[in-house]
Amino acid sequence: MEEVKPQLIKITFDGIEVEVEPGTTIMQAARKIAEADESQGHLVPPAMCYYKPLPTSGGKCRACLVRVAAGSAKDPRPMPKLVPSCITQVQEGMIVENTTNPAVLDTRKSIVEFLLINHPLDCPVCDQAGECHLQDFSFEHGSVKTRYEEDRRTFDKIDIGPFVQLHMTRCILCYRCVYTADQITDKRVHGVMNRGDASEISTYIEKAIDNDFSGNVIDVCPVGALTDKTYRFKSRVWFSKPEDAHCDCDKCSGKVTLWYRGDEVIRVTARKNMWGEVNEFICNKCRFERKKTSDWVIEGPTKVKRSSVISANKYRKDLIAKPDFALKLAATQFKPIDDEREYTTDSETIRHQSIENNDKANHRSLLTDNRN
Amino acid sequence: MARKILTEHINVPGIETFEVYRKQGGYAAVEKAIKTMSSEEVVEEAKKSGIRGRGGAGFPMGMKWGFLAKPEGVPRYLVCNADESEPGTFKDHHLMKSIPHLLIEGMIVSSYALGANKSFIYVRGELMYVIRILEKAIEEAKANGFLGKNILGSGYDLELVVQPGGGAYICGEETALLESLEGKRGNPRNKPPFPAVKGLYQSPTVVNNVESIANMPWVINNGGDAYAAIGIGRSTGTKLISASGHIQKPGVYEIELGLSVDEFLNSDEYCGGIRKGHYLKALVAGGSSVPILPAHLITKTAAGEDRLMSYESLSDGGFATGTMLGSGGFIVFDETACIVRNTWNFSRFYHHESCGQCSPCREGTGWMEKVLHRIEHGHGSLHDIDLLVDVAKKIEGNTICPLGDAAAWPIASAIRHFREEFEWHINSPKEATQPGAVFMGAVLA
Repeated sequence: MEEVKPQLIKITFDGIEVEVEPGTTIMQAARKIAEADESQGHLVPPAMCYYKPLPTSGGKCRACLVRVAAGSAKDPRPMPKLVPSCITQVQEGMIVENTTNPAVLDTRKSIVEFLLINHPLDCPVCDQAGECHLQDFSFEHGSVKTRYEEDRRTFDKIDIGPFVQLHMTRCILCYRCVYTADQITDKRVHGVMNRGDASEISTYIEKAIDNDFSGNVIDVCPVGALTDKTYRFKSRVWFSKPEDAHCDCDKCSGKVTLWYRGDEVIRVTARKNMWGEVNEFICNKCRFERKKTSDWVIEGPTKVKRSSVISANKYRKDLIAKPDFALKLAATQFKPIDDEREYTTDSETIRHQSIENNDKANHRSLLTDNRN
Repeated sequence: MARKILTEHINVPGIETFEVYRKQGGYAAVEKAIKTMSSEEVVEEAKKSGIRGRGGAGFPMGMKWGFLAKPEGVPRYLVCNADESEPGTFKDHHLMKSIPHLLIEGMIVSSYALGANKSFIYVRGELMYVIRILEKAIEEAKANGFLGKNILGSGYDLELVVQPGGGAYICGEETALLESLEGKRGNPRNKPPFPAVKGLYQSPTVVNNVESIANMPWVINNGGDAYAAIGIGRSTGTKLISASGHIQKPGVYEIELGLSVDEFLNSDEYCGGIRKGHYLKALVAGGSSVPILPAHLITKTAAGEDRLMSYESLSDGGFATGTMLGSGGFIVFDETACIVRNTWNFSRFYHHESCGQCSPCREGTGWMEKVLHRIEHGHGSLHDIDLLVDVAKKIEGNTICPLGDAAAWPIASAIRHFREEFEWHINSPKEATQPGAVFMGAVLA
């Protein structure tokens, strides 16, 4: 029998028309635009909780909210609220506004603020720094100031096993690791405990996570809440060089990225696509035990976006040969930082301000100690 | 005496038993519906009655039933939402403990209308004694042939299950309730798909409030048109109001929708007026989630018309000058109440009850609570007020479920109407933090 191709649906995303299959989400339609034309990458809504390889994920972080200016060709009324683009399916004739709508961008700015008010901002000591989705998200959409003056929340440390380190204070509760454990391992022992802003990722009665694919929670974590214990504090990602490699593994596909520092493999991760998602999860043996070059067949350097900090200090030949080109490149990537602070050069004023701020901070911490 | 639909027989001694309830005309609706009507006809009566959901949102119940998907070979479910935990609302509790058979009868009729063979009553876990009362009532109904297999010889089967919740406010949100009922963590689901398409166990499901369902026996006995004749405009029927606060006679009252707020507040039949020697300062008309109203907007709308107890009149003028009927939690404040403290108290509740799934609500409710705590305890600054307004605006409408809105509205409205009192707390912290301190601006005005 001849296969009947489903009729494609045409939608308009930020003024760009795109045809997608029925059942596609707005996010996937936007990614399709960016995959066809890399210069449109900035149009794609950010995703902090949505993870395409994990079905049913998404809809929680609200970072990808977009405005639907017309629901469909049949019913061209706009949707009353902003909708999460990662789980909203497209309709024929839908018109979506993302970067073209100031309300969307304003909301996104506030989502960054919400995610950061209880984040420790310990990027200088965090292993995720440089490949952290929250860093990217706040750099692109956030404000440099904070309006939050209270204490940030903290959690008791718990040990979840020999390979994975949990830093609950950094967690943004995207639930990705919960879905990973649910969908690719056979027994999930960790989940979300408590509720509200006291909810935390934890194991049931402090049990260690123990199965062959548990290491994948490190790759799916958008922040530094789940990190590799074998890699902790060994290096910064921008000092290491990624190489694609594979091996013959009986448990997984064996396709990985090796992270070199000099000749030493300091870390093994699964391969991530341009959206930072892992399509082929790898087993713990590949991730934590095969740390010699002789274990692997090297395929070649991993493609890293030039804008990524991972490619910093690794100069391309053409940039060294043609400094003009480098300047032009820098000009295209220049982005003014949204900073409304008032600057003063008067040293006396600065001294007063810092004393005032200190007093305020001391006063606040006294207050919070006396609460309840 | 105003007309009573739900509470007509509530004071009859022994009404909680099957025999007394049956003598008062109970279960006549089941007989009428199952023996003489098709399920479509029952749905049609519900549509005609124009009854609106009594849980807070006020969505027409007949229309909700009409949306129920009916695929072949898939079971359909009716779930009764008895997870009443809104501060200020205690009507369902009163109804279930006093006259449990009314809810059971409503459940049988409604399940028959929707073609559900297994229905659930999800009761808040703290009300364990109510759960026992309901279970006893179900046993009695079963023994008399109104529940179980082949009801009244019609071939229609219905099993009714009472499920205690864990006591989380969020499980009163319909999709969180369904998750909890399935035995999972009570996190609201993303919509669409709506429960009418994919609800309990991925099957079409209708979730209705206790009071909505309890109205169904009367609708069947007297017809949808008779029900629609009660009330005013699109607010048909009667409504249970849980009155509390600084009034002479707190309690649960059944009113005909369209009664004026002034009469409800001051007549001896209902609240009996503000307590002696004091006067009205503010009103929360529909449970803690709805915007608070200042004294001058309570009995009159902004346009100068009489404010009525109806969905439309209470929301007259939008949130700038109106509020919502909500779930009917009528909380009255006299001039001794501190609005800042009250707002902080409400925000503490929402902070505690947020499920923590989506970022604006998880982080925003805690933030607002901390800022309000600071203001209430005399350590606020003037820009904190604008901060609160802005944070509330950023939460509203951007969350998965309405809990974010419910957390934002009381704060935004309190600042809208009582900004001076917030400023007084900030500018005169010493006076404001005295025990029993009263904002004199309200007295002078």
